[in-house]
Amino acid sequence: MPRDSLIASDNDADITLEFEGGEEGGHKERRHREKRRDGSKDRRKRGNGRRRQGSRSVERENEEERVGEREKERKRRVKKDQEAKKRDKEEGDRAQTRSEKTAKAKKNIKNEKRRRSEKEGEAGERTEKGKKKVQSAKKEKSVNHGTKDKTHEEKKKKRKKVLETSSEQETSEEDSEDKEDSEDEEVKPESLSPEELEKLKEAVDDKKKLIQSLRGKPWPMKKKLVTLRESQEFLEKYEGALGKGKGRKLYAYKVMMMKKWMKFQRDFENFKTACIPWEMKIKEIESHFGSSVASYFIFLRWMYGINMILFGLTFGLVMVPEALMGRPYGSIPRKTVPRAEEASAMDFAVLWDFGGYAQYSVLFYGFYSNQRAIGWLKFRMPLSYFLVGVGTVAYSYMVVIRTMARNANESGVGDDNSFNFSWKMFTSWDYLIGNPETADNKFASITTSFKEAILEEQESRKDDNIHLTRFLRVLANFLVLCCLAGSGYLIYFVVRRSQKFALDGLENHTWWERNEVNMVMSLLGMFCPMLFDVISTLENYHPRVALQWQLGRIFALFLGNLYTFIIALMDEINVKRDEEKIVKFNITMWEASLYNGTVSENFTAPPITIHPADVPRGPCWETMVGQEFVRLIISDTMTTYITLLIGDFLRAVLVRFLNHCWCWDLEAGFPSYSEFDVSGNVLGLIFNQGMIWMGAFYAPCLPALNVLRLHVSMYLQCWAVMCCNVPQERVFKASGSNNFYMAMLLVILFLSTLPAIYTIVTIPPSFDCGPFSGKNRMFDVIQETLESDFPAWFSKVFSYASNPGLVLPFILLMVLAIYYLQSTSKSYKEANVELKKKLQMQNEENKKKNKKAAQKALMDLEEARKVALESAGHQRNNNASYQGQQAREMQPATRVPRTINHRSHGNPGYLPNFPLQNETMIRRAPSLQRH
Amino acid sequence: MGNKQTIFTDEQLDAYQDCTFFTRKEILRLHGRYHELAPHLVPMDYTTEPDCKIPLALIVNMPELKENPFRNRIVESFSEDGMGNLSFNEFVDMFSVLSETAPRELKAIYAFKIYDFNVDNFLCKEDLEKTLNRLTKEELTPEEVDLVCEKTIEEADLDGDSKLSFADFENMITRAPDFLSTFHIRI
Repeated sequence: MPRDSLIASDNDADITLEFEGGEEGGHKERRHREKRRDGSKDRRKRGNGRRRQGSRSVERENEEERVGEREKERKRRVKKDQEAKKRDKEEGDRAQTRSEKTAKAKKNIKNEKRRRSEKEGEAGERTEKGKKKVQSAKKEKSVNHGTKDKTHEEKKKKRKKVLETSSEQETSEEDSEDKEDSEDEEVKPESLSPEELEKLKEAVDDKKKLIQSLRGKPWPMKKKLVTLRESQEFLEKYEGALGKGKGRKLYAYKVMMMKKWMKFQRDFENFKTACIPWEMKIKEIESHFGSSVASYFIFLRWMYGINMILFGLTFGLVMVPEALMGRPYGSIPRKTVPRAEEASAMDFAVLWDFGGYAQYSVLFYGFYSNQRAIGWLKFRMPLSYFLVGVGTVAYSYMVVIRTMARNANESGVGDDNSFNFSWKMFTSWDYLIGNPETADNKFASITTSFKEAILEEQESRKDDNIHLTRFLRVLANFLVLCCLAGSGYLIYFVVRRSQKFALDGLENHTWWERNEVNMVMSLLGMFCPMLFDVISTLENYHPRVALQWQLGRIFALFLGNLYTFIIALMDEINVKRDEEKIVKFNITMWEASLYNGTVSENFTAPPITIHPADVPRGPCWETMVGQEFVRLIISDTMTTYITLLIGDFLRAVLVRFLNHCWCWDLEAGFPSYSEFDVSGNVLGLIFNQGMIWMGAFYAPCLPALNVLRLHVSMYLQCWAVMCCNVPQERVFKASGSNNFYMAMLLVILFLSTLPAIYTIVTIPPSFDCGPFSGKNRMFDVIQETLESDFPAWFSKVFSYASNPGLVLPFILLMVLAIYYLQSTSKSYKEANVELKKKLQMQNEENKKKNKKAAQKALMDLEEARKVALESAGHQRNNNASYQGQQAREMQPATRVPRTINHRSHGNPGYLPNFPLQNETMIRRAPSLQRH
Repeated sequence: MGNKQTIFTDEQLDAYQDCTFFTRKEILRLHGRYHELAPHLVPMDYTTEPDCKIPLALIVNMPELKENPFRNRIVESFSEDGMGNLSFNEFVDMFSVLSETAPRELKAIYAFKIYDFNVDNFLCKEDLEKTLNRLTKEELTPEEVDLVCEKTIEEADLDGDSKLSFADFENMITRAPDFLSTFHIRI
């Protein structure tokens, strides 16, 4: 048995080579046919039974040949023979590779598949035919050669099987098969050459590629499965044969590792998809509200992911090390609540404002000490703090830009308006919709969009009163600008006032006065968009344009508010720094007096016994900034949730239950249920993220807070959407705006990193709090690290590299590269436009040509018809139409037009280009199949 | 992830993963859905590759397809016999093509099949009219339908045979910004 199997595997290898050669063009054919014959001797020795079987099959085939049955029949029987033989052989040699059972099962499937594929379309039919041709040709040959070639014949059978496999895979392989067939006769002895090995390798690689690309093939699943199985078997069989010469072990190892790697990848992929949270939730929303609402939730999830990573960075590299390895609470002044605040430090109101114990904790900048290295790990805390701050921003940029690029790739170049109707026709239905109400809305919106498009098509935009519209639009913009300016001023005013309050001491003021800034900002963010919405009705824009204006305005509003807030903060920072100077002076005085006092009173006691809580300290503007941002986020979150609860939930409840006892229909009439405001929510999310980016440097807890907020939002909004919102009436498509949102996010990212970077670069850090205290600037930490932690040469190299003589050329080079890339992209664009033009020209030309051809054909047809009418005028019967059609099909090719017929397109009697259609159809069918 | 499932062998699952855009879990879920459609027809054991098909009427009642105006066409173009009877293989195939990760080219091929109502490998005016009427629930007047169809053909027909071949269709659909986002069904 082992010997047999060995031989069999040898033969198999040969056969593949042959098949390979056929596939490649087949000039190596002869050589290995030779070798096969050598192998065949073995076989002849091995068993007469099988040979007899083979000869029997040949006879049967001969009979078939003689009888000349239909091809299908014959093929099937050949198939059966093969199977029988196969089974025989299997018992002999293939015991080890796979069990008979599986083989049989496989064959059954194959048979089934064959039968099925006969029923398939034209292309499939063709493949079949090709195969049949090959088979019948082979049969004839084998008959001619007689008994001497019986073993040969048997092998051929085997090979045929392989051939079939290949022809199933690619119709284009038929040619090469034929070629191979013609070279079947001659044989020369030679052994497996390196080139053949190479080819085998190629075949194996091809198969691998096939397996890789299988999922993208437009085949029915059964075909895919069969192909997959066959390719896998092929690989299993011949991968081993590959490593005959040197490097066999390496190859085998490589193959094994590849397999392992693939498996791992797949498992990892499975694991990854299993880890994507809220998939089912979003799916449910998607099916109820269409893709636009779902796009918000997907965006939210994406944001959540980013924040998770930011959180991981700050938490793992800043907060945890400081909490575990840094000096504990109460050891130094900056880590202790001052004596004056101690009494109220645990009050909830204070904690809620992130004062008291919250202020003097790892949550804020001020808590971190400026020790260069902390704990037994010698963790470089200040450096880590700085790098995490920079890394956060860098990572965010990277992610946003990468996502944008990917989105741009996916959406393609869909700007041109040349396919307006076609796109409406073929892509307007959202296949995700699974809710009757949404579907109804979608139907309605599609209908309106078509009607609009038709109107636009029919009349080129008659403007009834252009002056009025213009006036109204200007007015609207003026009003919006007023709103923006007003809101900006309001915020500035409020922030200044709150500074005054802060100077007086917060305890003396009411809750409103303490939280004025945040509340005003949130309220503005809530009501101004509504105002804009009202104003935009003045403008009478197309809804999509109106939406864009609306988005732009809200964006401007948020941005204005944020920047006013920042400017006010800057003022406050300056105030604090002045205060700090005074405090610094006072502290030196105080220390001196303290020192003097202790010295004078007694000598023996340790000189510094003062409790850290009693030490006077500076105002620490960094912590103040961080606190402001945290408060802003908290109030923003609260407002969002409360609006959600009141605006959506309460409204829905009222509408639902008061509807029974109200004078008009609440559900259909005025309040009705609210829609989910995708754009507003996305904008809110974006600005929220902007604040996180801005404040994260001064309050390391911000990403954590944001993660929490997003997590809660996800559940709350999912619930709110499903329970109290109705599908939008105008269902906007999400994809177009996806990159729009991303672009806004990028702008916000840029704008929010600007002030952060400005403060880091220009303002010296506080002298007694935070990881950078005692330094002139925050980024000095880099220099310090370079000097003390790296060898001397490194800092030297660094200083050389950072001198202007090197940096400037580098920047210049980058600018040049950008310029170059931009100009190339511009030229590509131009080329694109040019090509498009050309395509259109060609299109027109083609149309003209076809029209001419059609006319010509029409004339011919007319003529033919006339002739037919004349000749068979009297014996008209039911067959006439059939004849007419025949004539129509015949005539254009044979006849030359003689007379001009004036009856052209308008003739309703028959389709003028019917035969033409048929022709093109046949010509084009394979191209469809091949894709 | 359940290793104890007995619906498929591991090889089968691997094969399905090779042939589709689904993960193991999704395939099992798909089988669950398939089974749900006709519990008495579909066995819970697919290791022996039983030959069973679910008729069109049951499949188009899935919530994912129920509201789709082209549901019958979708099912028909994925069924082997063209009548809309789907075996599990074809069922998986259908959702694989309609899944989010399927490439644009593949989707385009099947979209073409779906919109090709009379299966002549061309989108002729008749097909377009049917498409449009399903999209708008026949709320457009015949003249409007006519106009839209003509405009569509005018826009997308590159070879001037006044109907859309697959090449025309592909050329048009690959540039459509919304095609990928709308031509998918999550399951």
